[in-house]
This record gives sequence, C-alpha cells and structure tokens, in this order.
Amino acid sequence: MTTQTTSATATTSPTYELRLYVAGQTTKSIAAIANLKRICETHLAGQYRIDVIDLRLTPQLAAGDQILAIPTLVRRLPEPIKKIIGDLSNESRVLVGLDVHPLSS
Amino acid sequence: MTKLNDSLPTLPKAPTGIKGLDEITGGGFPAGRPTLICGPAGSGKTMLSVEFLVRGATQFGEPGVFMMFEENEAELSANVRSLGFDLEKLTAQKMILLDYVHIERSEIEETGEYDLEGLFIRLGHAIDAIGAKRVVLDTVEALFAGLPNHAVLRPELRRLFRWLKDREITAVITGEKGDANITRHGLEEYVADCVIILDQRVDEQISTRRLRVVKYRGTAHGTNEYPFLIGERGLSVLPVTSLQLDHHASLERVPTGIARLDEMLGGEGVFRGSSVLVSGSAGTGKSSMGAKFVDAACRRGQRALLFVYEESSAQIVRNMRSVGIDLEPWLKTGLLQILASRPTLHGLEQHLLMIHDAVHAFGPSVVAVDPISNLTLDRRQLELIPTLMRLIDFLKQQQITTLFTSLDSGNGGTMEDTLGVSSLMDTWLLLRNVEFNGERNRTIYVLKSRGMAHTNQIREFVMSNEGIELVDVYVGADRVLTGTARVTQESRERAALEVRHRDHQRRLVQLAGKRKAIEAQIAALQEEAESSTADVNFMIAQETLQDKTSQHNTKTMAQLRGGTIGFNGQAKQETSTT
Repeated sequence: MTTQTTSATATTSPTYELRLYVAGQTTKSIAAIANLKRICETHLAGQYRIDVIDLRLTPQLAAGDQILAIPTLVRRLPEPIKKIIGDLSNESRVLVGLDVHPLSS
Repeated sequence: MTKLNDSLPTLPKAPTGIKGLDEITGGGFPAGRPTLICGPAGSGKTMLSVEFLVRGATQFGEPGVFMMFEENEAELSANVRSLGFDLEKLTAQKMILLDYVHIERSEIEETGEYDLEGLFIRLGHAIDAIGAKRVVLDTVEALFAGLPNHAVLRPELRRLFRWLKDREITAVITGEKGDANITRHGLEEYVADCVIILDQRVDEQISTRRLRVVKYRGTAHGTNEYPFLIGERGLSVLPVTSLQLDHHASLERVPTGIARLDEMLGGEGVFRGSSVLVSGSAGTGKSSMGAKFVDAACRRGQRALLFVYEESSAQIVRNMRSVGIDLEPWLKTGLLQILASRPTLHGLEQHLLMIHDAVHAFGPSVVAVDPISNLTLDRRQLELIPTLMRLIDFLKQQQITTLFTSLDSGNGGTMEDTLGVSSLMDTWLLLRNVEFNGERNRTIYVLKSRGMAHTNQIREFVMSNEGIELVDVYVGADRVLTGTARVTQESRERAALEVRHRDHQRRLVQLAGKRKAIEAQIAALQEEAESSTADVNFMIAQETLQDKTSQHNTKTMAQLRGGTIGFNGQAKQETSTT
C-alpha cells in the first residue's frame, strides 16, 4: 500500500500532519472529529498525526491558519497547505482535499 | 458607545471625525450599528473606513479593529501613510488592531456542513484584545468569492451583523458596487441602518469623487451627492460646513490697501469677514488689486493666503514688484502663503476643498483668490454656486476677509453677473477699461457694498511702479475723461483758469485806477466849492462893512453940517428910509 502525494518526490515516506479546528462541542465538531479519525485510520493508518484545536479555548490560534469556517481541517504536511471545511461527512471529497488516493479504488 | 437608552429623538452617533461627513449625517455613523459603505473599485471605501478607525482612536478614544480581506497589514499601512495615518504606531499603542483574513478558494475544499464560527471567534478575540468599539470589515464580499456555498454564507453574515449589534460595535462594512443592487452581493439586505455610496466620475476629463447617503434609519440626512476629496490629511467631504447663515457680523473694518478705495467705501475699507468681488475684463488690474490686498494685510502683521490660478508664485512676486508691491519679504517671514495651481488640475470641488484645507492649516486673516472664474473653466455654473456658497460661508464663519477676482467676458455688460455669485458677495468692485482718445484706461467703481456708505463716483485706477493709485476722473459737462485726455483736459482747464484769473486781476486794477481818478475829481470839485464859498462870504462881509462905513459917514456928515438937509441924493434916500 503506497500513498502518493503531489510532493511525492520530496519525501519517500510522507507523514500527514493534520490540524482540525473546532469551536466547542458542537454536533458539527463532534461529527468532524469522528469522521476524520475514521478516514485516517482507513486510508492513512500509521502515517498521520491529528491535532484538534478548540478555538473557544485558544481563539488566538485562528489567525495563524486563516480559519474562518468551522470545522476546518488543515493539512500542514505534506506541503502545500490544504484546507478542508465542513464536517468531513463526504469522505471522497475529504480524500480529494487531502490528495489521498482511496485504498479501495 | 452604550447609548441605547439615550434620548429617543436622535440616535446615538459615533462621530467619524471626517470633515464634512459628520455634518451630512448629523453627527456620524449610527453608534453600535453597522454602516455599509459601497462603491466601485478605487472610490475610497478603504480610505474612508481607515479614517473612521484612526479618528475614532485618536480623537474619540475608541479603539478599533480593522479586519481586511483584500490587502495585508503591511500594504494597508503603507497605503494610508500618504494620508498621514501611522497605523504601526496606533497598533503598538493598542488603539488599532489590524487583522488580515486571507481566503484562497483553491486551497479550500468543502466537505459537508460548516459555519463561520472561526471568523466570529477571530473577530471577537481581536475586539476583546484592545477593547474595540469600532470595527471595519473590508470587504466582507471577499467571502463570497472565497466560500462557494452562499447558502451557508448569507445566514452567517446576517448572524455576524446581528452579533456586532449585540456587542454594540459601531461597524463599517465595505462592499463593491453592483449592477442591479447597491452592492454586488446584496449586502444592503443585511446592513439596514446606514448605507453610503461612494462614486468617482469623470466629467470633462476631470474626475470627482462623490458621496451620497442613501439611507440612514432614524436620521434626517442630506440626500444630495456631496463631492469629497482624499487629501493629505485624510478625507474631506463638502459641505465642510453646514449651510447656515449664522455667522457673526463684525463691525471691524479691514483696509483694502488702497487708501482712496477705502475712502470710496465710507473711509475705512470693508468689513472684517466680508467677501469682496473684484470683477473686470482682462488687464483691468484685478490681480494687482488682490496682491495689494494681501500686501496690506501683511503690513498690518496679519497672515494672508493668496490662491493664484494663472501664474506661478515666483511670477506673481516678480510681476507685482513692477507695480510697487513687494511680496517677497512676507513670503520669507511666513506671513504670506501663495498657493499656485492650474485650474484644470482638479475638479472645482477639489479646489474648493484645497482652499478649505489650506485655510484651516494656515489660519489667515485675509484670503485672496485670483481669479475665481478660472475655477469654472468649462464647468457648469450650477455646480459652482452651492460649493462656492459653502466656501464663502466657511470663510465668513472664520471671520476671514476674502477677495475674489473674477474675469468678465467683456467690457460691456457691467450688470452681467458672469458667475452668478455676486449675490454672495458683500462688496462688488467693478474694474473697467475705458477706450478713448487712442488709449485704454482703467476705471473703478463700487457696484455695491453692503452695510456701508459708498460713493457712486467712478475713479481712475492708475498703476505705476510706485504703486496703485486712484485718481478722480474728469467729469465734464457731457463726458468722463480719463488718462491723458483727463490730464490734457485738466491742464487746459488750468490754463483757462489762469487766463481768467489774470484777466480778473487786470480788471480789478483798472477799476481801482478809475475809482482813484474819480475820487481825485471829487476832491478837486470839493476844493473848488469850498474856495467859492469863501469868496462869497468875503464879498458879503466886504459889502456889509462898506455899508456900515457909508452910513457912518453920512451920519457924521449930517452932524457936521448940522441939519438934516441933504445935499445929495444919497443922503435924502437915507433919511427917507429911516
């Protein structure tokens, strides 16, 4: 099983560094967290790291990644930075957003 | 601004501090509510909103957050530095917080439901960080480009404005002008309290910025389009002063610099704070009069401001020297400021605003504009009058005495009001060329001068290298003579007078001689009369004496003869008579 990224030549074994911005325990936030974990476990097992940032607790972090929409998933690595907004319920679009080829395709 | 429970009739206002805008809106933007400012690209939306924040921070002690979607912090700071706003300093003082929100649609993938809570949190955090009372969102329409799902965006925007209102933030939201709606994305639907449209139009190759208050809930506002200018000290909107005739009327007089002219105006010159129009055709000496006016002010130690639209500053100084007016010392001491520009450089409103700004900065006692007619070059007069009226009102309120020169179309038509502004003027001096006897001469008269006795006489206006002088014209039996005709007529008159005078003297001498002769005659006759009287008396006396003597002789003879028998007739006669 290999995953290809747009910057595949840069690293042989790319690691996905993901940040999920949420605001409190809203249904959208909870759904997003659950969806993200599921998608990563399915398609990126062992290659990812997720940081969940609650902007209600740390609002100053919103500016850094230019967060407007909640929830927003930011793919910080591999570069370039990508943003996926929404509760991540549409799995295929999340994979497109992350530039991840789905396993079962 | 927590004024929700304030007096009912007027809404609480957040003053913008922008010249003129607070007058139009009756005190500023609605406090604690959002205001929409829209207009096409380059119409000054960002400038206006930045100034709103900067003035709020510096003049009204209200910190503000500037959330921008199009430029970044550094770009914005650089852009507004030209207006004299130091955003870096204000940011360091925690009076202004700049927040650049970057949305790149290509980086964003939509996957399911979302809201804009991130924006709210971010804005809320910025507001709390400096305790902001004012917020600018420039321009929130970038969100429409960045976020594809407008079905999510619209309710979120509605929520955003509601949220700002709840926090009692005076917000300014900018928007691009749309074709069908006021804004491209119909922002006016959400921001319903105050809507202002900015516009930039090119008319006769001169562009003018205009501002219009489309809507202002709960406030009577001017609905007209008002010109505005982005100048060196920020925005200025005309009317920079409200159109009210409530200025103070001074009794103090200001000399015009020409003694004879002051004499024509009741002896003391014009009232302080009044406006003087000097009109005339080309070459009648209008500019010289303006220069003399400012020169006189400087001589009194007052500050004077001279706007010239035909010559450069150096040219004015040189040319005025030829008529004995030296402006250079005043320029050096800083009492005089000459602002020269081409009338076509800006629109009329810009010029008037520049005049306004300069007057504000310099604080002169007198102002001269030379010539005001140039400002109207190829422009419709209708536009000119209200703007000019406002300028004059402003100057009057500042108690500044103003002299405007105006170029008349021609020599005729003295009553013709070329600019339609004469009714705004307190004193109107007319300079005219009189062509006669192969030369052209200048005359001046006072067409009107409110509130003071003034002469109805025409004077001749003489310019020489000694200066400007007014001379009485020759008013003969049937004509008015000026120039050499006046001089020759005067010398002719002098000669005639001399001749008459001499003739008179001669006659007097003659008469005196005659009189003397008569007197001598009288004396001689009197003498003659006197001498003849003496003769008569003598003869009478002689006769009496002879008589007595003869009587005596007869008596003696009779006595001697002893009888009364006479022997001569005489004795007989004598006896018969006794």
